[in-house]
Amino acid sequence: MKYLFYPGCSLHSTSGAYLDSLRAIEEKLAVEFEEVGDWNCCGANEYLSLHRIPSYALVARNLALAEQQVNGTRTLVAACSACYLNLAKTEKYMRTDRALDARINDALAAGGMHYTPGSVQVRHILDLIYNDLGVCKLKKLVSRPLEGLKVAAYYGCMVIRPDPDKRLRDPENPTALEELIQATGAEAIDFPLRTHCCSGHMPQIDAQVSFELIRNLVAAAVKCGADLLVTTCPLCQLNIDAYQDQVNKEYGMDYQMPILFFTQLLGLAFGLDARDLGIGKEIVSAAPALAKIGVKAEPVTPELRKRPPKAEGLPMPAMPKAFGDDL
Amino acid sequence: MTTTNAKNGDHRIGVYVCHCGSNIAGVVNVFEVAKWAQENLADQGVVVSKEYKFMCSSLGQKLIEEDIQKEKLDRVVVAACSPHLHEKTFRGAASRAGLNPYLCEMASVREQVSWVTEDHELATEKAKAMVSGAVARVREHEELNRIRVPINASTLIVGGGIAGIQAALEIANSGFHVYLVEREPSIGGHMAQFDKTFPTLDCAACILTPRMSEVGMHPNIELLTWSEVEHVDGYLGNYTVTVRKKARYVDTSLCTGCGVCWQKCPKKVIDDKFEVGLGYRKAIYTPFEQAVPRFPVLDKENCIYFEKGTCKACEKFCAVGAIKLDDQDEVIKLSVGNVILATGYDMFDARRIPRYGYGRLPNVFTSLEFERMCNAAGPTNGAVVLRDGKTAPKSVAIVHCVGSRDKKYNTYCSAICCMQSLKFAHLVKERTGAEVYNFYIDMRTAAKDYDEFYQKVLEEGANLIRGRVAEVNDATLFGGEEGKLLIQVEDTLIGKQRQIPVDMVILAIALEPRHDSAYVARQFGISTNSSGWFTEKHPKLDPVATMTDGIFIAGCTSGPKDIPASVAQGSAAAARVVSYIEQKELALEPVRGSIVAEKCSGCRICNGLCPFNAISFDEEKYVSEINQALCQGCGTCVAACPAGAIAGTVFSNQQVLAQIEGLMRVPFHETQPAMA
Amino acid sequence: MDAQFEPLIIGFTCNWCSYRAADMAGTSRVKYPANIRLVRLMCSGGLDPTFVLKAFTCGADGVLITGCHPGECHYIEQNYKALRRVRLLTRILQPMDIEPARLMLVWASAAEGVHLAKEITQFVEEIRALGPLNWPLRTRVIEKPKQAAQLVEIPA
Repeated sequence: MKYLFYPGCSLHSTSGAYLDSLRAIEEKLAVEFEEVGDWNCCGANEYLSLHRIPSYALVARNLALAEQQVNGTRTLVAACSACYLNLAKTEKYMRTDRALDARINDALAAGGMHYTPGSVQVRHILDLIYNDLGVCKLKKLVSRPLEGLKVAAYYGCMVIRPDPDKRLRDPENPTALEELIQATGAEAIDFPLRTHCCSGHMPQIDAQVSFELIRNLVAAAVKCGADLLVTTCPLCQLNIDAYQDQVNKEYGMDYQMPILFFTQLLGLAFGLDARDLGIGKEIVSAAPALAKIGVKAEPVTPELRKRPPKAEGLPMPAMPKAFGDDL
Repeated sequence: MTTTNAKNGDHRIGVYVCHCGSNIAGVVNVFEVAKWAQENLADQGVVVSKEYKFMCSSLGQKLIEEDIQKEKLDRVVVAACSPHLHEKTFRGAASRAGLNPYLCEMASVREQVSWVTEDHELATEKAKAMVSGAVARVREHEELNRIRVPINASTLIVGGGIAGIQAALEIANSGFHVYLVEREPSIGGHMAQFDKTFPTLDCAACILTPRMSEVGMHPNIELLTWSEVEHVDGYLGNYTVTVRKKARYVDTSLCTGCGVCWQKCPKKVIDDKFEVGLGYRKAIYTPFEQAVPRFPVLDKENCIYFEKGTCKACEKFCAVGAIKLDDQDEVIKLSVGNVILATGYDMFDARRIPRYGYGRLPNVFTSLEFERMCNAAGPTNGAVVLRDGKTAPKSVAIVHCVGSRDKKYNTYCSAICCMQSLKFAHLVKERTGAEVYNFYIDMRTAAKDYDEFYQKVLEEGANLIRGRVAEVNDATLFGGEEGKLLIQVEDTLIGKQRQIPVDMVILAIALEPRHDSAYVARQFGISTNSSGWFTEKHPKLDPVATMTDGIFIAGCTSGPKDIPASVAQGSAAAARVVSYIEQKELALEPVRGSIVAEKCSGCRICNGLCPFNAISFDEEKYVSEINQALCQGCGTCVAACPAGAIAGTVFSNQQVLAQIEGLMRVPFHETQPAMA
Repeated sequence: MDAQFEPLIIGFTCNWCSYRAADMAGTSRVKYPANIRLVRLMCSGGLDPTFVLKAFTCGADGVLITGCHPGECHYIEQNYKALRRVRLLTRILQPMDIEPARLMLVWASAAEGVHLAKEITQFVEEIRALGPLNWPLRTRVIEKPKQAAQLVEIPA
């Protein structure tokens, strides 16, 4: 099955692991994700709260591109929860609000584009795997059951609230991820804070608030006996992963709770190599947790870009390279 | 039926247009309407056309009465409020003046014109049209008399809770026979489960059980417990009710209620009815010690004998041989004149709100579970303890409005939970000295002595936090909170988020209609509202009657209410029933269908249309006939008869056709600008 | 200036639910167009199809039939009989050159005053858009300024 795919900014940068794992499991899931050509940023959270029409238009441009990129499918899949929600909300609002639709298409027209609401169906990768593939089929694909691993599912906010197309049933008590975890053979922990906020972009706005929320999540995961957390959102993963040592410093704790993307977990269960799934790129290493079930996942040291050597003296003005060349 | 000569102009019709203060006159030009009727409807027989400030007042009525006699009116039209309000009033006035009350017709120009129309001119025109329609219709009215039906002196009361018990005693003490049918093995209802009742903190069992005994011993009350109503036939004064007496497996004529059988029974079962899942009973049991009647019932599904064929301990040990393992259900028919439904309520299923943790977190309890816990005869003998059965809590949270006042579950307020929650706060403090937190949205303590009770609980030191609890979870962080539950709430009065650790959480769950209320409503021919509570005849002025004559409702069956209100309604329903019985005969509205035999061709199309089975076919005469007592006057057969052989009274075809013509006499001003 | 066409609509209500709903619209002071005039029946099941035709012949541009919700009829199931009749009647109207959209059936319980008012308002709008009923058998007196009769195009 072919799908249009909207990676969003994070999948191509800080959450490269998410993209790695998605690409790795594509074949197993018998799907093909075709990236939308020339996609642009979805505006994340902030833009929508500042400028309504421009932010919707920004998202709608991606929808317009998707509509044009007919590849035998009408479904646009996103992996990042925020990207998914922005796309899904914009699509729905354009469908239900005539006035908004007119204004957004007005904006798009300035760039020679147009989006007809209803042309594209926006889905999140979790919804796709859970509802379209289904737990039963997934079980059949598991070749290396992750028995003995205790996994806590962490949904965060955006994939389940407001759920504009009602794909994941209960926003207060979702079970999709837990069911997928169970299908891999791992034990799904009853994690009480699974729909609690990771603090979003607060680390950049008020770090104190952020640390407290992250601390709550990590501490609860530890208390429940989880070996690792899995999530569907790059920002959730980033917050819990990247700020954990600052949280530790702040509260005098020593947490080492790894957090992976659920697609990475699925990939492991499918028998794929940890490196191919981007495991090892996380800051709080998942290696100790995965060692429990005999999976090697050493941290990947990223290749650091080499800085050019510092020049001596003062720079010279630019000149033509060869005689006869113009500047 | 004699009618005044119906030739054009031979009627003498009086038209009265009410101002209703400014309710009508403020929008409709009543003077213009009266004048218009006088001038334009003279050809229809209008000889008098007046307007008056309040037609329903005694002076207004007198005006009509005097005119009827002075002007020799033979028809009256009153343009005023809804006939549902004052039809009886004006019919009464006509009657007093010597005119048959059914020759009076009302036009609703308040509810249907002045109150719903913006433009005054359009409203006035519409009022004229309504008057014109009413005048045209009343010309086709006939003199009618009310139909008299005899009333059977026996009464059926369904539901043996406090409301049903009250009603039963009132009627029985008046000297009339009562059948009290109760679904459970014992009467007592939910009240028997409570510990103390607010605001007096009377012990529920202490005030209830004397009443229960009285019912059990009363010569005029026939108690049919462990029984269900299967079918209802008939009409006011003459109901035939089929009741299934479920098999008890105990011979009640021999049983002494000694209790040996349930003591010796080896099979323990979780009692999810009376003990709300917190306690146990045996396979053969009475729901509680003071059960009335004292005869136990055998739970076939959990009985070893019925499962494997062995045991029979109860039979062995019964000294009088009262165990009847081959018992069968018995179906009986009761003839009664009236029915009172006092079937009570069910509780909200707290598992529907997963974020409160009921069912997942052990120390989250529902209000009814907590009642059982507090009850001295309950599963913990009255000790307030955690789910482990031994530890007393040091801090308790009581969450108000669980499943009530919520668009996702029930939008209504369950009326009793604020008082119940305050009662719990008091009991917790009294029995454990624990810190108590009540999380409320609004405090509803409206009845007598209720607010004083609230003040008392405040003084006792309960912490009242105004905020809807967002979540109950066990993700405690800090030392000292181990094993506790965290209440996440916004304290709206101080404007802060709070996370309060407590040992125990009590959810004040909503009262819901019985889960089969829709089915029961259809059995008795009454209706329920959108939530499922039985609908009373009038929410303000007739809370215990229903739209179906002879079927009354009392207690929580029509909506959540406290014990005093349920008792009051039980008495009220009983009073209505006794008044019917004492009249020996009742007059019913003569809205009926009747078949004109000469016109009937025997096609029998009407036969299958009557839900009350009022239409029968006479094979000899080869015509259909309508039983005037069974007929309820819906008019369906009147409309269906292809030969027009069925005449309807009060709402006849001729009347409606005339009314349509009359309504259309007033054109809609097409020169008016478009409607707003 | 061209007179704006204002439809005249006859509405049939049942004594128990929809008439009380109309009363409730009144007590709630919900406004709806004055184009409708209501007739009280005991039950929607008592609606004789000739009432509808009578209304049209007397000059109504639309007829609204209201009753209790299915399952809630005071006479238990008579509103189903009304439903059957209305369905059949609608099929008969078309060959008589009466647009079926001129006949509408609405269920309203006694508590649904606001709902009924909304339905009436919408129905009036729809009939206004349809235009006057172009039926030669009509006997209605129309107070129009004296001008030549104009045939109104009924959309197909």
